[in-house]
Amino acid sequence: MTKVRMRQAVVQALADELESDPTVILLGEDIAAAGGAFKATEGLLDRFGPVRVRDTPISEMAFLGAAVGAAMAGLRPVVEMMFVEFTGVALDQLVTEAAKVSYLSRGELTAPLTVRASAGAGLGFGCQHSQFLDHWFRATPGLKLAVPSGARTAYGLLRAAIRDPGPVVVLEPRVLYGEREDVEFGEAGIVPLGRAHRVASGDDVTLVALGATVPTGVAALQQAAGAWSADIVDLQTLVPWDRETVVESVRHTGRLVVVEEAPYSGGWGSEICDYVAGELFGELKAPALRVTTPDAPVPYSQPLEERFVPSPELVASQVSQLLATGRRPAPWWEQSGPQ
Amino acid sequence: MNGERQLRRAALATPLGPFERMTEIRAVEERIQILYNEGHVRGSTHLSNGQEAVAVGVAAAARPTDIVTCTYRGHGQALALGLTPTEVIGEITGRSIGCAGGHGGSMHLAGPDVGLWPTFAIVGAGLPVAVGAALATQVTQAGHAAIAVFGDGAANIGAFHESLNLAAIWRLPVVFVCENNLYGEYTRIQLSTPVSDLADRAAAYAIPGLVVDGQDVAAVTSAVREALDRARNDGGPTLLEMKTYRYSGHSKSDPATYRPAGELDQWLRRDPITLEASKLIENGTATEEQLSAIRSLIAAKVQQAAADALAAPEPEAAEMLMHVHP
Repeated sequence: MTKVRMRQAVVQALADELESDPTVILLGEDIAAAGGAFKATEGLLDRFGPVRVRDTPISEMAFLGAAVGAAMAGLRPVVEMMFVEFTGVALDQLVTEAAKVSYLSRGELTAPLTVRASAGAGLGFGCQHSQFLDHWFRATPGLKLAVPSGARTAYGLLRAAIRDPGPVVVLEPRVLYGEREDVEFGEAGIVPLGRAHRVASGDDVTLVALGATVPTGVAALQQAAGAWSADIVDLQTLVPWDRETVVESVRHTGRLVVVEEAPYSGGWGSEICDYVAGELFGELKAPALRVTTPDAPVPYSQPLEERFVPSPELVASQVSQLLATGRRPAPWWEQSGPQ
Repeated sequence: MNGERQLRRAALATPLGPFERMTEIRAVEERIQILYNEGHVRGSTHLSNGQEAVAVGVAAAARPTDIVTCTYRGHGQALALGLTPTEVIGEITGRSIGCAGGHGGSMHLAGPDVGLWPTFAIVGAGLPVAVGAALATQVTQAGHAAIAVFGDGAANIGAFHESLNLAAIWRLPVVFVCENNLYGEYTRIQLSTPVSDLADRAAAYAIPGLVVDGQDVAAVTSAVREALDRARNDGGPTLLEMKTYRYSGHSKSDPATYRPAGELDQWLRRDPITLEASKLIENGTATEEQLSAIRSLIAAKVQQAAADALAAPEPEAAEMLMHVHP
């Protein structure tokens, strides 16, 4: 185990895959000479050379599409999207092309590419560089979607994504790049896609979290200081998500709270709540609760942005209300008075 | 089936090969029109009649190991590259014997073993993918090349410009083949595009750009071959503009009433199959009688292929869940 920052874990995952598989190449804006806008590819150009580690023009349609084509031709390209929003100008290549390659060729062709994108709020980049945008990728059969919650999963999920035979999107919460965590490097550190991880065990409630909301959930539990205990489930992969682990946990606790960095309407937690409600109808002790962002763009102002994303205080307070009343508390933006 | 594709591909190198294949493409598309009218083709279908020389010239110049990305107007390209009439008509009629098992339909034909990647139904989408195929061969030094076939309508979409730019700066072995048939869907090129020769756009990316007679299969073949040679010898990409014409409307719902009177007749006088036939007779390769016999034989084969396709089963429900993920 080594304690590293999440961005260093990304570098190590890429280095390990470049080392072990000669078909892995990296493409992206300023990833080579500059080492990446968030330094998540630092040093890789020197180690692996300009044929495999390539700076691209600001031309997402071309280089994401080129990654699709290179993947179909037998390489395993890893594309960095500096901000997930930049995928928007190239979305066709991922959603309409890459995701259909296997289907339209009856499995004769595959597109084993990985798209890494920094995502999410928290650093004051404003509303066009702070969205999470998982919903762009999540309802497209043929794509997989993984979200690390720190250095350990950033390393392990990325290696699994690169080895996957199909296209995988990895949304890296930008706010976590500088955070440290113990990581087990090497094959043992690979985190399989499609499996959740229980980061805390308790009896009162199941907190389902993803990406940056995992540390938020952990902090909320600490703030509760023993007033309640929780299973905290880090989904790790959103498509496909680990239904078994979530249902098993909620069957034990009887209460489901999903903590999402996503707009309330259509957020990924709706899918979790729908499935769990269908499976465990009659066994739940309280209505499923989603703690989300409001249906609004990400604000720039620091106090506003801090309020926008679910905070540990908000999660702790919503869970306490749920436990005390057995009713689902309204989201903060619908409540009157200070929250 | 794959052996048959390879044999059909190799047949393009025979003296009568291009004539035969163009004749077949025309016959298949005429059959598709009949099948459409009879209700056997769902959605829409985009015919390429008039453009056969481009499809056959590209296929004749490329190796089966080269990658071709092309458009939803791709029946001709698929047949030229080696797919059989039965598997093409089978796909268009949604049968499990279709080249994509009925997953794709008219706009999504595929034959990876002869270089045909699933055809692209989004205008311009195949260009970046071809660039990626070229990147892969450059990285692995495999010696292959990629060809992106697209229409004049795609020359105004960002993917075209981004692809030419990326291919140029990385000196990738890719040939961009623009089929300029004068119409982007229902709109005449002069209304959408400020240049009369799309090949001129190559200059913006410092790559060679050439105008080619797209009705002359030999001219297409030699232009593509020269561009492929350049690509394989580290000479980077080329933009080829094939001047051609689409006899039908954009799709089956388009009667093409927007065309000026006489334009179609003018192009019919330069029909690629007729031109090739005249050439074969002039240079003594074949007699009119021989060519007539070939036409009849192909017509009968295509009719049989259509009958075989219609007699084939439709896919089972479970097949829709197959190959979603590899």
